[in-house]
Amino acid sequence: MCLAIPGKVVSISGDDPLVRMGRINFSGIIKEASLAYVPEVQIGDYVIVHVGFALSKVDEAEAQKIFEYLKQMDELGDLKEGAT
Amino acid sequence: MKYLDEYRDGDLAQKLAAEIHRVTTKPWTIMEVCGGQTHAIVKFGIDELLPQKITLIHGPGCPVCVTPLEVIDQALEIAARPEVIFTSFGDMLRVPGSTTDLLSVKATGGDVRIVYSPLDAVKIAAENPAREVVFFGVGFETTAPATAMAVYQAAQKGLKNFSLLISHVLVPPAIEALMSSPNCRVQAFLAAGHVCAVMGYEEYFPLVKTYRVPIVVTGFEPLDILHGILLTVQQLESGRAEVENQYVRAVSRGGNQPAQDLVKKVFKVVPRKWRGIGEIAQSGLGLSENYAAFDAARKFKVTDHHVEEPAECIAGLILQGQKKPHECPAFGTRCTPEHPFGATMVSSEGACAAYYRYRRHAAAQPWRPHERA
Ligand code: SF4
Repeated sequence: MCLAIPGKVVSISGDDPLVRMGRINFSGIIKEASLAYVPEVQIGDYVIVHVGFALSKVDEAEAQKIFEYLKQMDELGDLKEGAT
Repeated sequence: MKYLDEYRDGDLAQKLAAEIHRVTTKPWTIMEVCGGQTHAIVKFGIDELLPQKITLIHGPGCPVCVTPLEVIDQALEIAARPEVIFTSFGDMLRVPGSTTDLLSVKATGGDVRIVYSPLDAVKIAAENPAREVVFFGVGFETTAPATAMAVYQAAQKGLKNFSLLISHVLVPPAIEALMSSPNCRVQAFLAAGHVCAVMGYEEYFPLVKTYRVPIVVTGFEPLDILHGILLTVQQLESGRAEVENQYVRAVSRGGNQPAQDLVKKVFKVVPRKWRGIGEIAQSGLGLSENYAAFDAARKFKVTDHHVEEPAECIAGLILQGQKKPHECPAFGTRCTPEHPFGATMVSSEGACAAYYRYRRHAAAQPWRPHERA
């Protein structure tokens, strides 16, 4: 039950923020989810969905950071190797 | 799939693991609070990538596991009533009560239906005005906003035939209860990312201060978990105890405000019993006075069930990190997912079931992501 997964918002229906629903694409499987708790979300955004509710919008820039960090680690490693 | 596959990259995982090896000099015991993380750790063999000095303890973060037997028995009592349509998440159906489970109640004529979202239960109530529709509201802070919205919408629609059997639980009080226990071996926590997506992580600052334990908000994919462990070990090794956020892509410090607002409106904080742990003060959510009419336990006057856990089951010790599943004599022999003794064997997020599924034939294999998925 606790599984919450990221998916892409492909369409949005309803104007009232409390009943705003989105169709979310999870690797090809489309499911409906309430967007009541993520009023800022637009079509094309990625959201984390749990029991039919989008709980947060995935931050693209932050999502990249771990890969940048790993890349830096590589470069540092190369530097160290070069020094010996 | 974006935001999924790239966080399962085996080479990058090895890199993070190598970095953890590099920074680890002393033995450390870290608890992952969330059952979803336990599942991922065992499934991907993340613990096997770690230095031997690091011990991961599987925490109480599986709502199916910690729902008390009494409440399961109440669910069974309500679900058996002829006028009731009993709705629940699928993973509650096989949780054994004292004598039976929801699946068996369904097999003997009870109208038990699996729903994906609590809103589905509201829909069923609207479509079946002559029946009583009950939703089994269990889960952590992650699920509470969904349940709250169901109650709120039912109230807006004036649905009188909808109610909740509620056993919602809260994570920070459980961490505090674990920390204040004299037997506690945990030196740091990976906090559950999705709970924090809702609640933020403000609540952890006082815990970090009082108990001098690092708490790192962590996601659920292998790279997230390894990164969370790395940040934790860096803190431990340098003698720091801070709140840190590994899962920045989905969690902000304040969390999800609209969700918190509705949860506060519909629920109030109450004491709650945790299966395997016991009663923890202020650790659950119950319906607030304004929404008390939606309380199924009141509506159906369910009796106070007196229950006893199977004597052999050591799920309580496992939930507190004092034993591992395979140390239980019943594990995999008398107790299996088909015939579970304790709830930690029932849910795929329970530690016993995760070990049964991925570790029964123990020989540790090197980690090849995707293969064991
Ligand atoms: S293996 Fe079964 S009996 Fe043993 S602790 Fe786990 S749930 Fe309980």
